[in-house]
Amino acid sequence: MSTRLEQKKNSPLAGLRLPSSSPRPDWRPSADLATLRRRAGLLGDLRGYFAQTGAMEVETPLITPYGSTDPALTSFTVPGVQGNTGFLQTSPEYAMKRLIAAGSGDIYQICHAFRREAHSPLHQEEFSLLEWYRVGLDHHGLMDDVMGLLNVIGFPLAVEKASYAALCLAATGLDPHLAPTAALADLARSRGALFDQASQQDRVLLLDWFLGCAIMPSLPQDRAFLIYDFPVEQCAYARVRPGIPAVAERFELVVGEVELANGFHEVTLASEQRARHLGENARRQALGLPMQAIDEALLAALQAGLPACAGVALGLDRLLMLLLDEREIRRVIAFPSQTGV
Amino acid sequence: MATYSTNQFKPGLKIILDADPYNIVENEMVKPGKGQAFNRVRVRNLRTGRVIERTFKSGDSVEAADIVEAEMQYLYSDGEAWHFMNQSTFEQIQASHAVVGDAGQWLKGQELCSVMLWNGEPIGVTPPNFVILKITRTDPGMRGDTATGGTKPATMETGAVVKVPLFIEEGSLLRIDTRTGEYASRAKEE
Repeated sequence: MSTRLEQKKNSPLAGLRLPSSSPRPDWRPSADLATLRRRAGLLGDLRGYFAQTGAMEVETPLITPYGSTDPALTSFTVPGVQGNTGFLQTSPEYAMKRLIAAGSGDIYQICHAFRREAHSPLHQEEFSLLEWYRVGLDHHGLMDDVMGLLNVIGFPLAVEKASYAALCLAATGLDPHLAPTAALADLARSRGALFDQASQQDRVLLLDWFLGCAIMPSLPQDRAFLIYDFPVEQCAYARVRPGIPAVAERFELVVGEVELANGFHEVTLASEQRARHLGENARRQALGLPMQAIDEALLAALQAGLPACAGVALGLDRLLMLLLDEREIRRVIAFPSQTGV
Repeated sequence: MATYSTNQFKPGLKIILDADPYNIVENEMVKPGKGQAFNRVRVRNLRTGRVIERTFKSGDSVEAADIVEAEMQYLYSDGEAWHFMNQSTFEQIQASHAVVGDAGQWLKGQELCSVMLWNGEPIGVTPPNFVILKITRTDPGMRGDTATGGTKPATMETGAVVKVPLFIEEGSLLRIDTRTGEYASRAKEE
């Protein structure tokens, strides 16, 4: 017995071969073939929509020199060939904006994105995104475009536009733009949020809780909502429209508690974009997360002139789950991601 | 002090909230694409049985509850406390009426119960799934009536009241399902 084991150990293939006792890996796809055919059909429909509405399909690198500065996102790193560190994209946003600055006009991309997050029935670390940009549209124009696209692909639900403030007021009785932070914290606590002192004074975190744990659970599930005009604390890279209250020109497409898409009336001013990255890095530092180098090529593109535009990223796997009434993301993709298993 | 991070959360995990022990019933991740992730959990208070919902910031830690379930034999009640003996250590413990709760109505002595201990103190007692008890009082049986499906109340030797078929006589031994409190079958003298 021991000699056989030793022979195996010395073999050049030792460690590559599975021990004979281990179960055979399941090689079959986690989605059935009818689903994959439906998926292929969806990709065809999407490309048809963009061909008809005059957007060009583009491809940009999956390995990028900069990680996302967004504190909510963690990029995968890959060792570059020259000793540098590459990052798997969390979205193709930076590269696509450089194309628009170069004069591409309306563009779209269907690609994989990577986010190092715990797997859930709704999330895999590697997933499919449809991201597109329309030159000259604001977030309302782009929301109409989203509705047009959903119409073409046979989206089964009615889609309703509603402002963040209206939904928040209905769900909690509070105005998310004007309510004092202490009032937000009190409401979260009264609904079971167990936050430490620092978190109770953290308006950004509290507003994340409001959206994910109070507003979205209150939405009827029989229709989709385009939620628009976010609190400025959640502006990400959306323009802030001054006023009382000032609002971020951002929207999300959600069905119940599932977020399908995130769109912005994009910041085009380089100095403003730099301030957003610096703000995100400051928050990273405050949260004890590593800071990320800023993509200077993106800022240079904005400096050269990014035309006014709006962009949106839509999770294709989740969209397919909805079209096929599936509850688990692995049921709509050929093979689930392996590293988080 | 042992703690659990939210990424260890799963149903069955025992944690301390507001100085009380809780069992996680359901754990769900809430992760907006742009923003903080949260764990939304439904937890059952192991002392009161009450279920509540709480949200944690993902990555936060929470104190672990030192909960063990031990198989113990019920010995006797002295009117103040219920006495049990741990089957593996032979150590004896006392549990109050509040801790024994509804389980007490099925216990006459000798039964093997599951006793939940928090920091070594009993906080809950689960009786065996089935117990055999004698009827001490019920209306006279209606012989032959096995088909109509009617029931009548019967008081057991422990004081528990169980609905039994009409033909069952006072003094009979019954097998009772303690999870539902329902009559299961007649039982023979051991």
